[in-house]
Formats: sequence, C-alpha cells, structure tokens
Amino acid sequence: MEMKILVCVKQVPDTTEIRIDPKTNTLIRSGVPSIVNPFDKNALEAALQLKDQYGAEVTVLSMGPAQAADALRECYAMGADHMVLVSDRAFGGADTLATSYTLAAAIRSLGEFDIIFCGKQAIDGDTAQVGPELAEHLGLAQVTYVAGIEKKEEFLIIKKEQEDCYEKIQVKMPVLLTAVKSLNEPRYPNIMKKMKANRMEVPTLTAKDLPDLLPERLGLKGSPTKVKRTFVPSVRKTGLMILGGDANGKVSELLDKLAEAKITL
Amino acid sequence: MEWQLMTKEQKDITGIIRNFLEKELAPVVPEHEEKSEFPMEVFKKIGEIGLWGLDIPAEYGGPGFDLQTLSLIREEFGRVDCGFAVSFGAATVGFKQVLAGGNEQQKQAMAKRLLNGEISAMCITEPQSGSDVAGTKTRAVLSGDEYIINGTKTFITNGGLANVYIVVAVTNPDLGSRGLSCFIVERDTPGVSVGKEENKMGIRLSNTTDVVFQNVHVPVENRIGEEGDGFKIVMKALEKSRPICIAPLIGMAQRAIEIAAEYCRVRTPYGKPIGKLQGIQFKIADMEIQLQTARAIMMYAAKVADEGKPISCLGSVSKTYVSEAAFTIIDEALQILGGYGYSKEYPIEKMLRDVRVYRIFEGTNEVQRQIIGKTVIGKC
Repeated sequence: MEMKILVCVKQVPDTTEIRIDPKTNTLIRSGVPSIVNPFDKNALEAALQLKDQYGAEVTVLSMGPAQAADALRECYAMGADHMVLVSDRAFGGADTLATSYTLAAAIRSLGEFDIIFCGKQAIDGDTAQVGPELAEHLGLAQVTYVAGIEKKEEFLIIKKEQEDCYEKIQVKMPVLLTAVKSLNEPRYPNIMKKMKANRMEVPTLTAKDLPDLLPERLGLKGSPTKVKRTFVPSVRKTGLMILGGDANGKVSELLDKLAEAKITL
Repeated sequence: MEWQLMTKEQKDITGIIRNFLEKELAPVVPEHEEKSEFPMEVFKKIGEIGLWGLDIPAEYGGPGFDLQTLSLIREEFGRVDCGFAVSFGAATVGFKQVLAGGNEQQKQAMAKRLLNGEISAMCITEPQSGSDVAGTKTRAVLSGDEYIINGTKTFITNGGLANVYIVVAVTNPDLGSRGLSCFIVERDTPGVSVGKEENKMGIRLSNTTDVVFQNVHVPVENRIGEEGDGFKIVMKALEKSRPICIAPLIGMAQRAIEIAAEYCRVRTPYGKPIGKLQGIQFKIADMEIQLQTARAIMMYAAKVADEGKPISCLGSVSKTYVSEAAFTIIDEALQILGGYGYSKEYPIEKMLRDVRVYRIFEGTNEVQRQIIGKTVIGKC
C-alpha cells in the first residue's frame, strides 16, 4: 500500500531580509517577505524523495493566519498532493504547547500517516519544540535532527545529527521525524503547479471542525509561555590584536591606536 | 524601479524564476562566457521549474502566458545573462513557425517535443541574405513524395543544439518571395550537418552556428503550409515575437542602473560619494528615464498584441527604441564606473558587448526604421 506522509510547515518572515533599526535596536519587519521555513522545505523534500522512490501521498499542513495558505501553495508547487490550513482566531497567540496540541487534533482528523515530517525548528522562534511535542500528543515514536533516511520495509534507517557525530537509528513506522538542513537540497517550485495552486481553494480546518479541542488549551489562553521581553543582543565590534614585535613597539602601537580612536589617557 | 502593474501571479512566477536563475545560472555565466558555450545543464534543470516550452499556448499543453507576462519573465533572464536568454527564448521558435502556418498534427507534435525539453532552430539567414529573406538560395526540389534540400544557412541561433530545424528554402525560383516554402527538418536526417560556431563579441552563452544541408531528403508532410507560403509564415511568426524580443534588455539595463547607483553610494573621491554630485545625478536620472520609457513602450506593444489588435509598426518602434535606450543606459553605467566599468572584473563591460547585437538581429534597426517610416508616410 502507498505510504501516507504528512509534512508540517510554518510560514515565517525571511530573516535573511530582516535588518535591525540601529536607533531603536528593534527588527524592521515592514516589507519583509514571508517564506516557507527553510527546515520545513528540507522536510518536504525528504517526503517528496520518498514519494519519487516508493510512491506516497504527501499532505502539507500549516497553522497560521489566512495568508499562510501561500506557504502551502508553494509546497504544492514543489510536488505535495494535498494542502490543509489550520486557521482560527481562537488559535492566535499560541505558544509551542498550544500549537502542537491544536496541530495534533488536526492531524488526527485527517487520518493515519506513516511518517509525519517537521523541520527541526522555525527560523523565527527557534524553539525546536513543536515537532517533539506533536509526537508526544500523538503517541508516536520520534527521531529529531534527521540528516539521512533509508527505507527498509516497514522500518526507516535514520542518520541522526549529533553535536560531533552521527547516530544510526532503526525505527518502525509510524514515526515523526524532524529535518535538518544537511538532509537534502530542496527542489524548486514548478511554475505550472504554482499557477494551478493559486487557483485552488486551500481546505481550512477551524475550531469548529475540531470539536474535541478544549477551548482553554487553545491560543494565547492555552499558552503557559509568557514572553517578558525581547531584545537584540548588542553587537560587539571586532577586536584588535597587536601581534609581533617587542613590548616597546607593541605599547607604542597601542598608544597610537588609542590616540586615533580619540580615547584620552 | 520595477514594473508597478505586476499582478500577484506575475510576481509569483518571476520570483520563482529569479531565485532559480540567481542560484543556477549566475554562478556558471563567467566560465561559459569565456568558453562561449551554452550551459546545457542549466537548460536541463530549468524543466524542473516548468519553463520548457515557455511560450506555448495552453491549448497545446503549455503555460499559456500572454506576451506581457512573457516580457516580465524574459526580463529576469536578462538580469542574469542575455546570451542564455537568447538561446533559451529561441528554443521554441519552431512552434511559432508551425503555429503560423502548419497543420494541427504538426502543431501538436512540435508543442509536445518542445514542452519535453527539445530545442528547435529557425534557419532563414544565409551568407548572402539576412534581412532579405527573398534572396534565399537554399533549394528544395520535389522528387516523388520527398523534397531534396541543398544549401547553407548561417548565424543560426541554436544551430548546434537543436533537435529539429525549420528551414526556409526556394521551391520555385521564378516567383521571388512567393517561391519560398518552410520545412520541418530533423537534425538526424542524413545530409544535415552543423557548421562552424560563430565566435561572437557578446551574448556568448548563446549558440550560433552554420547549418549545412546536402541532399537532405524530407517527406512532403514535413512542409509547413502550402508551397510558396514560406515568406508569409516567417513574417507572421517574426511579427509576433518582435515586440518582446528585446525584453531581456530591460532586465539587463535595470541591473546596470542598480550597479551604477550602488557605485555612486560607495565611490568617494575627495571624501564624498559621487552620488552627491549633480553631474552624476543627472546621468543616473537620464538612464532611469530611458529605462522607464523603454519598459513602458515594450509593455504597451505587448498589451496591444495580447488584445489581438493590429500592432502595425509598434513592434518595430518597441524593438528599435528599447535596443537603443538599453545601449545608452549601459554605456553610461560603464562611464560612471570609469576604469572599473571597462574591466572584465566588473559586469558592465560584458553587458555592453551583449547589448550591441540587439541593434542588429531580429531585423536591424535600419530595417525597422524603414518599416516605421513607410507605415507613417503611407502610399506616395
């Protein structure tokens, strides 16, 4: 039987385009384009490679505001078969716990999957929590930081990235995997499929469609994480090392530099 | 400044293409420029994003883009390399000829091949006849249910890459331009050979060669339209592509202005950026005025053609104006960059070599002016 694969994706601001306002030290967000979280693209590419090799039905799932449908359309253009958006005002302001709780309910409503893929983390929040939490909610085995996948009947042989080594793990499907960058090089979206996707309605699940959800566990209300303050760490200017020469030479060079920088002694 | 009337869809499409070209094409340009070689591996990969058969209409299985969208897409190619744009754009030329005068079966078959990544080439020009199509010497003689073609074609874009050629040949030497016919000739037909490759000043990523036909037997069903339709078909096919053949120049000129503007901000002789000098500001302003005007006239011509209105001499106006404006813009950008502009270490000198040919091919600007002048004056 053909595998069923689900890929969770998040729409994030393109942080490579974000600049910092030097006066206020805050992020300049206006005009910053939205993209599919890069690690999620690695996850999708892995799913699509399994599809190319063994045949699979690939569904992409995202939780977010209505505009997150654009991220799903891009995934469709890369080769996903189905798109599902989870969107409701009640889900707004969710932290990782409330998000994974909501996503788990959405996934249950979509049926059973052999593999659920997530990116290792999103480049905006960088928590790396939603994937593992999702596995817990769904009672699934999980392997994080996946850098290689081999399929062997109902098992997957996973190359898991560690700080200074790789771990080889055999795991039986169903399983949840989180992808790292070195897993693969994501393919480009196809413009014909993108045009088709632009004309498609993205099926959306709202709170009403997921009646088992407890209202107190949703959105901001269901989020134990409270952000007290966000700040940009101050950027340290490059240091200067005076190497070579004798002590006298070094000291006089240092004095020159201090004078140049108008630091009086 | 970019085209402000882009639709969401056009933004999506050009965004995907820009990303692809910056990652896949831009890094290999210098090496292929040096060798004067078309990067076939980029052409192969471009099928992944669905760009083979780019200008084939939806009813033949293509994306069905209108000329305005195609212009914006071709701009993106020009930003990175006009030579690639030329060979890539010409790959589907065979379909244009078949569409202009072929039968349904020929159209379906050609569309399918080009959508699958095959390349076609149009063989009109000969050593003795360029703009003068009626001066064609290549002969096609009917013998039973075959034509036998003999002759040499020159300056053939994609001559060395094509899987299939559209060849213009004389079927009746007594009738001048009415004695020409068009034929679909397979590359692997005995007697077809690729001649010398042109060592060009610019657009060096594009492939330009001689193509030689020596006793080439072509079945009658490969003729496009009737005997004597050749000239009509060629003109009809060219008319459609003329308004947008110069679209890559808009992208290249835009890029030249961006590079010049950046240089104006960072080049600081006598302690202040040259961008603060009025003389430089005026130069940049004139470049921008010409760019905006050029893009506007190109998009106007494309829209007129898209709406099926008679385009008359507008295609010639667009081709002439844009090719000359882009030349001036790039030449001025080179002037602003000074010695750096003239150095091969910087991208402007290549642009100047690339832009020059646009005043020559697709009908020289002199021929275009003749068309425009005659149209405006009328019978006299």
